[in-house]
Amino acid sequence: MNQIKKYAGLLWVLMAPIIIGILIYSAIINIDLQGKKDINKPIPWIIIISIFTPIAIGLMIFGIYAFKGKYDHIPTKSDELEDDE
Amino acid sequence: MAKENSITKVIFASSVGTLIEWYDFYIFGMLAKTISTQFFPEGNSTAALLSTLAIFAAGFIVRPFGALVFGRLGDLIGRKYTFLLTLVLMGGSTFLIGLVPSYKAIGIAAPILVLLLRLLQGLALGGEYGGAATYVAEHAPEGKRGYYTSWIQTTATLGLFVALGVILLVKSNMSDASFNAEWGGWRYPFWVSILLVGVSIYIRLKMEESPLFAKLKVEGKTSTNPLKESFGHSANFKMVLLALFGATMGQGVIWYTGQFYAQNFLETKCNLDFEESRTIMLIAIIFATPFFLFFGWLSDKIGRKWIMLLGMLLGILCYRPIYKTFIDKTTIQETQPAFAIKGLPVYEETVKEIKPNLFLKTVQSKIKTVSGFNYETKRVDTVFDIKDRFSLPEYDLHHYQGKNGIGNTEYFNKQLPKNTYWQFVWLVFIQILFVTMVYGPIAAFLVELFPTKIRYTSMSLPYHIGNGVFGGLVPFIGALLTATFTKDPLVGLWYPIGVATLCLIIGALYLSNKIDKDVSD
Repeated sequence: MNQIKKYAGLLWVLMAPIIIGILIYSAIINIDLQGKKDINKPIPWIIIISIFTPIAIGLMIFGIYAFKGKYDHIPTKSDELEDDE
Repeated sequence: MAKENSITKVIFASSVGTLIEWYDFYIFGMLAKTISTQFFPEGNSTAALLSTLAIFAAGFIVRPFGALVFGRLGDLIGRKYTFLLTLVLMGGSTFLIGLVPSYKAIGIAAPILVLLLRLLQGLALGGEYGGAATYVAEHAPEGKRGYYTSWIQTTATLGLFVALGVILLVKSNMSDASFNAEWGGWRYPFWVSILLVGVSIYIRLKMEESPLFAKLKVEGKTSTNPLKESFGHSANFKMVLLALFGATMGQGVIWYTGQFYAQNFLETKCNLDFEESRTIMLIAIIFATPFFLFFGWLSDKIGRKWIMLLGMLLGILCYRPIYKTFIDKTTIQETQPAFAIKGLPVYEETVKEIKPNLFLKTVQSKIKTVSGFNYETKRVDTVFDIKDRFSLPEYDLHHYQGKNGIGNTEYFNKQLPKNTYWQFVWLVFIQILFVTMVYGPIAAFLVELFPTKIRYTSMSLPYHIGNGVFGGLVPFIGALLTATFTKDPLVGLWYPIGVATLCLIIGALYLSNKIDKDVSD
């Protein structure tokens, strides 16, 4: 199971730039200053891409942690949550 | 017995306040159309920009930011005063929105004030939930944490219920014109909030600080920098990431789809009558709400993980068949057999000049069928070149087909036959049942994941990113997918299905089903 967790980590790392790429591409093809829908306005896209970029980076870090085996054991006590860097 | 009484008071004080916060947050969204007319008039680009900011910034930016601000405060000064502060902030902003004069009266100051107050609402909501869940969990005895915190979990749905109910009550007691007037009935739900918040503040003031936090404070073991300890230390940060990607992300989309997407779909895609769609939601919510408590209780017995993941799986498998049924049962056949019509349709005709010497006739009809399926139709079907339409021959419709809506028939205010109505109640009910599975146990799950000294901060952020960002994006990404893949009316569902699938896989792989019996550490 730990091997699956570890190699799935690579998938999460790869997904992060793909998600951001899809969002940026969708913004480019949908922003239309003449359009009336929310997806045509630049502001929602700016907000969404700004907020999603750190989330996607979080997914990448999650993947790196998984690949490093940091989720092999899930802590149940607070003293296990001491820094493991 | 005294202990039972005390925990009941804790649950009551926390839940009522949280319910009111949800109510306050929802009424703005539910009255968005009227609010937009009053404060963000069409044709004014600044007002349009402020309107977009009010919709997107409040949920996506300010809610997670509120989680950080109030989470930090809650871990530094305590749970009680922090979630009291969020309540005052939310109640005050809501009441004030109801007092802001319209754009007509004070110009651009109106949308600016409404935007600022809406952002304050988002900020307060970001701080409330984590405080209430932590406060209850830190009072709960071992083996009952899931059940007790599930009372907090009912509040998001009950807040929706109260908001729907208050708006329906006000609206049903006045004409549309009185409701939508500048100082009309739409403001009442905002004013009602101040009474509710006043009562809730009074109750919360009487409560004591959480015993676990109070103990930490006496021992001098509280965190000095909760943000750094939550997100700057990899051992805790990895748990924040796990909470987000393995639980709250999927929970957020299931929650949003079951409660808001369903309502919006019934109103805008199925074009159901306003009261019909609202009562379907209300009845489904009433019957589904006890299941928050059931799944909270069950999670104390069998663990939290698999209940939440099963809720996600059911959503993934059932959403498309459910929404396909909504579409199929409300689609009107153009060639309806004459015998299906009950009595004669009632017609109304209006003639409108669309450009000099060019007039359109619109025919609006109310149709009643023997099956009990009633609806209204609107069809722009004739074009005239002078207003006296009886003296000139009609233009060839094909010439104008598709222009100015000519030739297209709109169907709206649909009222369902009794058995279909109850089928829809059932289909909304089971979606909210999925919500109860993912949402009922999640407070206890999040509380158990983090240590007392940084619990408020650490659990608030993934919760609000999961619900505010991932959940809040359901309509936007839905609209994006619908605009891209125009042939499939259900394509918008792929977003919640996709996010829930990813979360299900991550949750199944990495989450533990073990219940942390001692959360005092």
